[in-house]
Amino acid sequence: MPEIKFKDGLWNQEINLRDFIQNNIIPYDGDASFLVGPTERTIHVWNICLEAIQEERANNGVRSIDAKTISTISSHKAGYIDKDAELIVGLQTDALLRRAIKPTGGINVVMKACKENGLEVDAKVVEIYKHYRKTHNEGVFDVYTEEIRRFRTLGYLTGLPDNYARGRVIGDYRRLALYGLDRLIEAKEIDMRTLGGPMSDGRIRLLEEVREQIKALHEMKILGEYYGLDISRPAYTAQEAVQWVYMAYLAAVKEQDGAAMSLGNVSSFLDIYISYDLNNGSIDEVFAQELIDQFVIKLRMVRHLRMASYNDIFAGDPTWVTESLGGCMNDGRHKVTKTSFRFLQTLYNLGSSPEPNMTVLWSQVLPEGFKEFCAKVSIDTSSIQYENDDLMRVFRKSDDYGIACCVSFQEIGKQIQFFGARTNLAKALLLALNEGRCENTGTLMVAGIPPLKSEVLDIKEVMTNYNLVLKQIARVYNEAINIIHFMHDKYNYEKSQMAFIDTNPSINLAYGAAGLSIAADSLSAIKYAKVKPRRNAQGLTEGFDIEGSFPCFGNDDDRVDLIAKDITHVFSDMLSELPVYKKATPTLSILTITSNVMYGTKTGATPDGRKKGFPFAPGANPMHGRDEKGAIASLNSVAKIDYEDAQDGVSNTFSIIPQSLGSNDEEKIENLVSMLDGYFSIGAHHLNVNVMNREMLEDAMENPENYQQLTVRVSGYAVHFVQLSKQHQLELISRSFHQKMH
Amino acid sequence: MLKIHSYESMGTYDGPGLRLVVFLQGCRFRCLYCANPDTIPETGGILTDPEEILRMAMSQKPFFGKKGGVTFSGGEPTLQAEALLPLCKRLKEEGIHICLDTNGNNFNDHTKALYQYIDMALLDVKEINPERHRMLTSHSNEQTLMTAAWLEETGKPMRLRYVLVPGYSDFEEDLHAFGEHFQNYQYIDRVEILPYHTYGVHKYESLNEPYPLAGVNENSVEQVAKATEIFKLYFRNVWTQ
Repeated sequence: MPEIKFKDGLWNQEINLRDFIQNNIIPYDGDASFLVGPTERTIHVWNICLEAIQEERANNGVRSIDAKTISTISSHKAGYIDKDAELIVGLQTDALLRRAIKPTGGINVVMKACKENGLEVDAKVVEIYKHYRKTHNEGVFDVYTEEIRRFRTLGYLTGLPDNYARGRVIGDYRRLALYGLDRLIEAKEIDMRTLGGPMSDGRIRLLEEVREQIKALHEMKILGEYYGLDISRPAYTAQEAVQWVYMAYLAAVKEQDGAAMSLGNVSSFLDIYISYDLNNGSIDEVFAQELIDQFVIKLRMVRHLRMASYNDIFAGDPTWVTESLGGCMNDGRHKVTKTSFRFLQTLYNLGSSPEPNMTVLWSQVLPEGFKEFCAKVSIDTSSIQYENDDLMRVFRKSDDYGIACCVSFQEIGKQIQFFGARTNLAKALLLALNEGRCENTGTLMVAGIPPLKSEVLDIKEVMTNYNLVLKQIARVYNEAINIIHFMHDKYNYEKSQMAFIDTNPSINLAYGAAGLSIAADSLSAIKYAKVKPRRNAQGLTEGFDIEGSFPCFGNDDDRVDLIAKDITHVFSDMLSELPVYKKATPTLSILTITSNVMYGTKTGATPDGRKKGFPFAPGANPMHGRDEKGAIASLNSVAKIDYEDAQDGVSNTFSIIPQSLGSNDEEKIENLVSMLDGYFSIGAHHLNVNVMNREMLEDAMENPENYQQLTVRVSGYAVHFVQLSKQHQLELISRSFHQKMH
Repeated sequence: MLKIHSYESMGTYDGPGLRLVVFLQGCRFRCLYCANPDTIPETGGILTDPEEILRMAMSQKPFFGKKGGVTFSGGEPTLQAEALLPLCKRLKEEGIHICLDTNGNNFNDHTKALYQYIDMALLDVKEINPERHRMLTSHSNEQTLMTAAWLEETGKPMRLRYVLVPGYSDFEEDLHAFGEHFQNYQYIDRVEILPYHTYGVHKYESLNEPYPLAGVNENSVEQVAKATEIFKLYFRNVWTQ
């Protein structure tokens, strides 16, 4: 087969995907009219998957587990859905939806997950990881201080990746298609030889890491051979390009089960190959769409083995195969291609779905045809999230990036991220009112917090204490994160993903915060109303009497919006001052994923009138029902949080009933586009868009069988609604659904 | 100061595009189907500095897109025409599109001055038949029709809004008469049929007042289709919710 003749550039001399794309991309300015439906073959393959998903649901969410084979890149021989009908091949194990064990993250976690599904992990495997091979989880807990354990147990720091793999690393999976394994191995060998300097800890570690990456690349050759693919060379056709990219991704999800295993931004890269084949007549649009449909089927079938308790923080069995679509280049051209459309089209051809996590990088200058199609797909499927490309491209200084997980910027192939879960800002505020003691247990968390002098809470006094508390929480949080990533590198290094990333990439450390709107509203109540704490026998706050009114976050009112902005700024600054493992750059997200429910459970009554145990709003959302001036005022409030302070993302989940967007399809699309343009033009970062009725969700709770594919955006990702716990379903239903009130 | 009932920052039904809808307090009509009875008393509302509304509008301006803007609704906004005037001047200076949602019954020097700054009138003509209009609203429609004529004369774009209440405003002869009356107007942007809904019922309950249209059902699909069909005989652009 002949090699494709691309336009040459720097990419010929060095591993440089950005340069390849800049030279060869074919931006598309048209509308969606060229798109086609699924083929018989695709429907056939997808139907088999749908049946398997039904079985999975019927079987407590797990279809089967291979509890014997330690999953590695080449651990499992080829697996198929229906070999003859699959254009893109490759499964994580030898069978569809069979989950693999990856004990290097933690053997106890794997054993527990298996046990919950009625299985025992193979005795030999247990022996290996109990006696001969230490795991990430063990490493972390060997070193955790008493103090960190306390903050973790009582709900100040939650969801830390200390008993599951951290994820969030995006390999540049495009590299395999453009260069093939041999060339990538050669480049890494050169890096090995040229890594200079004194033989310091850092250099030794890096040398070992690169050697691991090279071994991973060699192992991928074996994986390719199982499927009869020679991935040592570059891809020569559109079908090969898709297949090669998927093989690179497959290696990652066979070796690792990180929380978020995101895909990056492969669509417009693949478009270059697809356009080439379309132009030379070797494929047609039907086949082009079929390639993407079948690729997406594979991405939808990715599974990891999880403990039941994992569901508290990440509900709905997400994998975060986040694919970023659109965005612009620094030279002003946009990156929307026909394949960006084709990816979105899979939501029609295969039905709506949470995965892959379709993320549109929104820029004001994206072509109208694409904006309108995105809005239409959002209205029809609620399966898209939007992030501000004009903001990220400028602030983060790259135009070749993807989103890791929900909202996290990552320059592809040049950068990675250390995932840091989040801290509970609302519960932290209660420490300020309780002399540094946990409001539920009385445990002393932070020493040196003076008792409050006045009975009615005084904003100055409270703020002074809150700042003292936040500073100490930041310190403990930083210590935990440094330990986690040190150990993850040591015991559960992502060699197959790092093999597709430059040697010695830059690193973002992703801290996070939850409960921002609760903290802001509480401080607003203290400042603008009269708030008196009710205390129990131990002197701990158990409720608050509020006299008078106070502005709530979500109404475009600076009096409280700026409080939210300031808390973010202050906490971000405190975190930035602390030393970080591997000299990573600290960043902060205002994101909860689905842990807003669990955080609420662990937090006592708050001065804003929220009752003990009541869920928080997700991400940076205003608290449910408090945004009284309608959707735009609510968006305006969230947009005031400065991206500079929260460069790992400010997540906002927006739910609106279809009728509120307008009375007919044309109006709805136009209004949603105006809304997105408006929101992102004022510097907001992220928006999940759900267009649905509360009644429909209630009906789905009653009759889940009718809503198997109903997809709902939660906080930076989407889930199948029927897969959520009842508690999470109710929380979603209780959220503000923006609807016209008159 | 303005007497304000409430706001909807994402209005999509009261004028073109995405709009900030400001609901003003106070109305002298007593429409049987009123969905916002709490906006009727002229004594209520929150006294609000027009500057605050200007600030809100400016804050929302990025969302207005090519078509959106601010809509003054209510209540009956023209009752506060004098206080609205300087605000509308300021909004126009900022290039913001303004709609006025009115029953057209209030017509004086203040409203005439106000209309200079209004880009589009959303004129509620509740019934063309004077008697039925009186029954529905407790007022004559004479001034409303004169206001419509004046708006036409002065070249003001308008949308006619028609609430279709079964048994009260859905008589075919009235719909035809409505069409005949307005069919030659040049400045009608579109005619909107607003099917009757019962969303307002709970408000009567919370106000402890009887609901005047108790027992009246919402329109059937056929009723709405029939009214639409009739209006389409007379108007280019008929729109329904």
